[in-house]
Amino acid sequence: MAHAYTPGLKVTSHMAYSVKRILPIKGDVLVSVGDQVQADQVVAETSMPGDIYPMNLANMLAVPPSDVAECLLKKEGDSVDLDEPIAKTKGLFGMMKKTIQSKYTGTIETISNVTGQVILRGAPIPVQVKAYVTGKVVEVLDGEGCVIDADCSYMQGIFGVGGETCGPIRMVGSAHDEPLEASSISEDMSGTIVVGGGRMTAAAIKKARDVGAVAIVAGGIDDQDLRDFLGYDLGVAITGSEKLGITIVITEGFGDIAMARQTWGLLSSREGREASINGATQIRAGVMRPEIIVPHGDAAPPTTSDLDSVEEGLLVEGRPVRIIRDPYFGVIGSVAGLPSEPQVLDSGSKARVLEVKLDSGESVVIPRANVELIEE
Amino acid sequence: MTKIDLESINVILATDCGSTTTKAILIQKIDGEYRQTHRGEAPTTVEKPFANVTIGVANSVTEVGELAGRKLVSDEGTIIQPASDNEGCDLYISTSSAGGGLQMMVAGVIAEMTAASAKRAALGAGAIVMDVISSNDKRRPHEQIQRIRELRPDMILVSGGTDGGTTEKVVELAELIAPAKPQPRFGSEYLMPVIYAGNKDARGNIEDTLGIDWIDLAVVDNLRPVLEHENLGPARDKIHDVFLEHVMAHAPGYDMLMDWTDAPIMPTPGAVGDILQTIASQRGINVVGVDIGGATTDVFSVFNETFNRTVSANLGMSYSISNVCAEATLPNVLRWVHFDMDERELRNRVKNKMIRPTTIPQSHEALVFEQAVAREALRLAYKQHKEFATTLKGVQQQRTVGDTFSQQSSGQTIVNNMELDLLVASGGVLSHAPRMHQTAMLLIDAFEPEGVTTLAKDSIFMMPHLGVLSSVHPKAAGEVFERDCLVFLGTCVAAKGLGKHGKPCFTYSIEGAISASGSLNFGDLELLPLGQDEVATITCEPAKGYDLGEGPGKKVVREVRGGTVGLILDARGRPLALPDERAACQKTIEQWTEALELYPAASAPEPVGA
Repeated sequence: MAHAYTPGLKVTSHMAYSVKRILPIKGDVLVSVGDQVQADQVVAETSMPGDIYPMNLANMLAVPPSDVAECLLKKEGDSVDLDEPIAKTKGLFGMMKKTIQSKYTGTIETISNVTGQVILRGAPIPVQVKAYVTGKVVEVLDGEGCVIDADCSYMQGIFGVGGETCGPIRMVGSAHDEPLEASSISEDMSGTIVVGGGRMTAAAIKKARDVGAVAIVAGGIDDQDLRDFLGYDLGVAITGSEKLGITIVITEGFGDIAMARQTWGLLSSREGREASINGATQIRAGVMRPEIIVPHGDAAPPTTSDLDSVEEGLLVEGRPVRIIRDPYFGVIGSVAGLPSEPQVLDSGSKARVLEVKLDSGESVVIPRANVELIEE
Repeated sequence: MTKIDLESINVILATDCGSTTTKAILIQKIDGEYRQTHRGEAPTTVEKPFANVTIGVANSVTEVGELAGRKLVSDEGTIIQPASDNEGCDLYISTSSAGGGLQMMVAGVIAEMTAASAKRAALGAGAIVMDVISSNDKRRPHEQIQRIRELRPDMILVSGGTDGGTTEKVVELAELIAPAKPQPRFGSEYLMPVIYAGNKDARGNIEDTLGIDWIDLAVVDNLRPVLEHENLGPARDKIHDVFLEHVMAHAPGYDMLMDWTDAPIMPTPGAVGDILQTIASQRGINVVGVDIGGATTDVFSVFNETFNRTVSANLGMSYSISNVCAEATLPNVLRWVHFDMDERELRNRVKNKMIRPTTIPQSHEALVFEQAVAREALRLAYKQHKEFATTLKGVQQQRTVGDTFSQQSSGQTIVNNMELDLLVASGGVLSHAPRMHQTAMLLIDAFEPEGVTTLAKDSIFMMPHLGVLSSVHPKAAGEVFERDCLVFLGTCVAAKGLGKHGKPCFTYSIEGAISASGSLNFGDLELLPLGQDEVATITCEPAKGYDLGEGPGKKVVREVRGGTVGLILDARGRPLALPDERAACQKTIEQWTEALELYPAASAPEPVGA
């Protein structure tokens, strides 16, 4: 096999980014085609149907379901307040009447004469969708949302927690492998996306949140630190809905690991610029990686790399790769050979391998499954 | 789909699109017999940037083609049909569990009765059951509705009430679903398929309640018409139809794949279930099959012709590996490892595997750790299976006076390890283990078979392919299954009971392909050579308190089958117990590792993180 497909994380200085901003249900779109929008600008809004509260009035009134309708003091579509009488029995000779008060505030949606159940719908829940990325509206999807385009620098992380946010990039430390410690975080980082090189410590995350940073980015994180910060152990990598007060993105993996030079260099070159970031990660159906987007705006885009011409997704000699499994986890090198015959590994398994030339000059043989392309 | 002339089929291509890998096999007619000849695999491509399953299919098929010296994919990237001398295939079929497989929500009136039957129907059809809603599931109605709103199922199965039974309760369930309006995974244009398989008297009311604009309602026969019987067939068939018409049609690239295939695409686990039921029925045996994947572990069992399947949704070796460690706890995982490992470093490694699920162990110690995790994943999945595979609950038992002191309520597990004849392994960590001894030991440690049990593995995870092939070309499926699918590992002879270490457990004598005799003390494990296609007769005399199938202390005579591993005599007792103290535990595991020759080539590894 001359080529092997090995997906990698995208890190590019220049790309045309397009994002669909869609309401969960139909509503009002507040922008038009051609509008320039800011990342934190609301582009569409709607109201979600409120929560549903069933009340089984047949049981509560102790009458057959078919008799519920004649006991009701309200009809479908009527509003009711908490503790407001909703149904009343006729009683015996006008005596011993039983009244049921609503346990909730809402609107009567349905009344069932089969089960005697009344469904109450709570107040609508307002939903707003922000632009997320500073750019230009290129399409409006009637009643649903819009499509926003932006020329940007784009970086995928490997894992994150916390949702969408935006702020200026603030580099911390001087090298791609320098750990991100709490001592490097200061009060003036409020509202920023703090970027470090090596592993971020638990104290650094906490301090970044305390000073009001919107996000923190680094090469790695210790699992124990993440667990302590979240308050639970992540069983599966489906994240993004956490309410932590800060979005966390790691670019390489768990443990003491430096950020890839290329990612560090790109983020450094964009320091001070407004960026959008999303920690949402879903490693299962519909794989989703965290991302950092830095729109170019009026600034000239950085120069592109020579590797832009390489066909995407293919493992070929000379391409930079990241080793993603022990014993060389996190080490970066380039493809030096692609032997076609499977080889026996130290584990005793037979697998297709590739030869990787490390930055140190050493060559190592790695299963093809254990590398990923660094996509430029 | 055109009618297929079975006689003219010489080359069959089959793919299984898994959540991580698409596996392709080639079956060719050689000297009048169908044989599996080549296999290939490639990453599944349902996700961005490709978002088209056929790319992964074409890649895996290209690999098969390269190995077979046969061009199977055209320059346009489609499967070449029909076959000529050195090009194309006559029949192309596929199964799929990509994109998370088939995800369902089920509802029934009573959790242990109609809801349990609905769950069995969904699982049997190959679905992942996201949640089971029932009138007595201890959640308040608004909590149930909130849960329904949060789920994003591919379809919903509603059951409830025996025919002529409760109408009110089943309509009440429908009344919760209607306003909840769960969002489908495939966007707001998708009509949510709802299958009603409950009390026939409630059909009119159900149609009134669920006949709304966002639901595509289908009504089939009640899956529990009377308490004493289940009728799961119509519901399962409908689930398959809906899977094809709705779910597959919305998954990226599947419209194209459906055009390519000569038979309907089946959910992978449904196809595996079909082939296992066929084997159990043809041979009159009890079978347990396990498929451990990246995200989930499926367990299938056929005991006394009753089929059950469970999916342990978050027990898997890559996407869910962190959850296995969380559920089992790391100390429980590490009890299977015979050397020191640094826990902090391991936790990071587990998470790195979770976020980069396609990597494979390169070093010896990484392999040992991964197999330790697999033991725990399998053990937990089998425990869940045993709890689910029960006799029908709610059935009145007729008892005599003699039963007074051995009363068994309905709902007892039907899984009986002593009656298990064949244990079949599949899934990467089992199928791709460097030594089959490791596969055998993983099975024994996790499933704890008792008495005499034959162990086999699906050689290259071919059962899904053969399950769907059996629906089109039973002859070809049968021939390939017999000759190429199962690799027999050997037989495990294990004593049930507990005793003191070093005290006699059982004696044995063997005649046939090999002759041997000896005795085992409690705690011993012994491997005897008994090769592929060899059989022998073993006579075992258990010590008092130990059972090998005929009752405690009673002699057992059985025919045993050899395999790539051999005959494993297991006197470690059941339930299997390990010393609590770490050093003693490591020593025990080391002894067992040596007895079974699990890692003969490995040198003693350096402690991780040292």
